[in-house]
Amino acid sequence: MTDSQIIKVNNLIKDYTMGKQFFRALNDINLSVKTGEFCGLVGPSGSGKTTLLNIIGALDNPTGGDAIIMDKSVNALKSKEAAKLRNESIGFIFQTYNLLPIYTVYENVEFPLLLLKKNKRDREEAVMRALEWVGISDKANSKPNQLSGGESQRVAVARAMVKLPKIVLADEPTANLDAANSHNILKTLQKLNSELKTTFIFATHDEKVIGYLRRKIILGDGKVIDDININ
Amino acid sequence: MLVLKLAFRNITHAGLRTWLNVIVLSFAFVLIVLTEGLYDGMSEQVKDAEIDSSVGGGQFWQKDYDPNDPFSFETAHSEIPVDLKKEIERDNASAVLIASASIFPRNLIQSVTLKGIDPDQKIVNLPVTVLKEEQDTNAIPGLIGFRMAKSTGLQAGDYVSARWRNIKGTFDAGDIKIVKVININIPSVDKGQIWIPLESLRTMMQAPGQATVITFKKNLSRIPSGSREWIFKDHNYLLKDLNENISRKRLYSNFMFSLLLGIALLAVFDTQVLSIFRRRKEIGTLMALGMTKWSVIILFTLEGCLLGILAFITGFMYGYPILAYLAKEGIVLPRMIEQSQFAILLVLYPKYGLKLYIVTALILFISVIIVSFLPAHRIAKLKPTDALKGKLS
Ligand SMILES: Nc1ncnc2c1ncn2[C@@H]1O[C@H](COP(=O)(O)OP(=O)(O)OP(=O)(O)O)[C@@H](O)[C@H]1O
Ligand SMILES: [Mg+2]
Repeated sequence: MTDSQIIKVNNLIKDYTMGKQFFRALNDINLSVKTGEFCGLVGPSGSGKTTLLNIIGALDNPTGGDAIIMDKSVNALKSKEAAKLRNESIGFIFQTYNLLPIYTVYENVEFPLLLLKKNKRDREEAVMRALEWVGISDKANSKPNQLSGGESQRVAVARAMVKLPKIVLADEPTANLDAANSHNILKTLQKLNSELKTTFIFATHDEKVIGYLRRKIILGDGKVIDDININ
Repeated sequence: MLVLKLAFRNITHAGLRTWLNVIVLSFAFVLIVLTEGLYDGMSEQVKDAEIDSSVGGGQFWQKDYDPNDPFSFETAHSEIPVDLKKEIERDNASAVLIASASIFPRNLIQSVTLKGIDPDQKIVNLPVTVLKEEQDTNAIPGLIGFRMAKSTGLQAGDYVSARWRNIKGTFDAGDIKIVKVININIPSVDKGQIWIPLESLRTMMQAPGQATVITFKKNLSRIPSGSREWIFKDHNYLLKDLNENISRKRLYSNFMFSLLLGIALLAVFDTQVLSIFRRRKEIGTLMALGMTKWSVIILFTLEGCLLGILAFITGFMYGYPILAYLAKEGIVLPRMIEQSQFAILLVLYPKYGLKLYIVTALILFISVIIVSFLPAHRIAKLKPTDALKGKLS
């Protein structure tokens, strides 16, 4: 394995059991992602995008095969080690923003840094910088319920980026946004990708998102159907 | 510590829900201290009253005396030994002679216990001096308590005929004039008995110089040793029934204690279950952001515990003045004793020891930790992916 392969997925299988039956959501997936890629898992609903993204994010365990994230096998990770990996190296962006409702924008973005035990001055600097990236510094003291959807997702992006993670996983980040806000978010992410060399993986079927991707990994019925690089 | 800071933030941001819990919990805390304090105060008051008015610092009993068996009174009287007599002369003790008799109030026959006491005694707190102030020399002056007054229908100023047998077995009769009815809530000096002057009873019984019980002053440093005829009974023995009665009431108060605690804990438990249910997506997010399951469990448990701590502080702030006021002024309980006309006022003074505060606080606190932890520890079984979807596995 070379240094630049930040994610490697080998013969990955994921079964969901429902009573006596089981459903194979991922069926022998093989792929690798290099550092700094801006790629997406693309496919129809139910094709396994979220399932794969969650395994890559060490939120879920495979049934068979393995996923190697930054040289760590998710199969071998204990739940505490998985938490540490997410904390240090992975940023998540969700379709529903998932901001902590009682915290201000500032506190939401600061949260990952608190978990990383950064000191106050470093936190302040990093939070203000992240808020600037997404252009929402003026709302630092607002509560999530005072924000529009686009603003909320920008805060979520700032929260994912504030710790400068190696990998950002974004599951349908634009599904609840209008076109203008979607493009705004995507341009921001594209800019951060080229400036910070952060690896981005999306899970999406939104044409707007797909238009920004430099690599499309097409999923269908739990398999990789196609892998398209655009240069 | 980060989790503590987060827990505190979550609690203070939760507003009304937090304060409702804090109020219920603090209420339980204050009420528990109050009920327990009430029982502590009552026990002490009742015991003090019993010592004050009845058993003093302990008693010598003539060997045959059994307060529960009136037939024992026939033989339960002897000459007072010299060493005890000396103590009586020094006003360190006082003699009581006890005999059975029949009285005829309202033309009915009723068995009573006659207790002869020195009207000048200073050992027990009974207003027996009234016995020597009576002018009517044709009747024996008698003092009764309100229970006795109720059961016989006798009132101050009434005459009642009495019949008794002296120690030689000969029947004799005479009139007793009730000179006073005392409002005293101590059954052992009231129920079924009439207090008369010691010398009168000795004459009636033809038992000069004899006694059944010698009561000693309380807090006396030295009490003479007994003999085969006269046996010393200490507080352990004399207050045994009372102590048993108190522990029975204690049991009731402990039941109240548990009930109050249960209600308060249910509120916390409920809040915890509800808050974990409502915040499962938040739990998933926290895990995705890199918090370990156990940190999340500790976070939710701490939130519950902080409710407990806030409850102590608020409970103390509004409870302390109330409790202190009640301890000083007492709680007046107008009580109709046994449906009688006599309503006696019971003033109870609650007593709160440091031990009570600490034990209550500790029990409450440990229970709060447990009921906070119980729902929270189920997070361990929660898959982050399910939590993020808002599912509870
Ligand atoms: N917890 C689960 N239990 C059982 N089946 C599941 C579970 N999660 C997902 N599945 C099934 O696995 C398949 C893949 O689901 P997944 O969520 O990965 O799809 P997706 O590609 O993200 O779809 P969408 O675009 O709708 O988000 C689906 O058929 C789904 O029904
Ligand atoms: Mg999905």
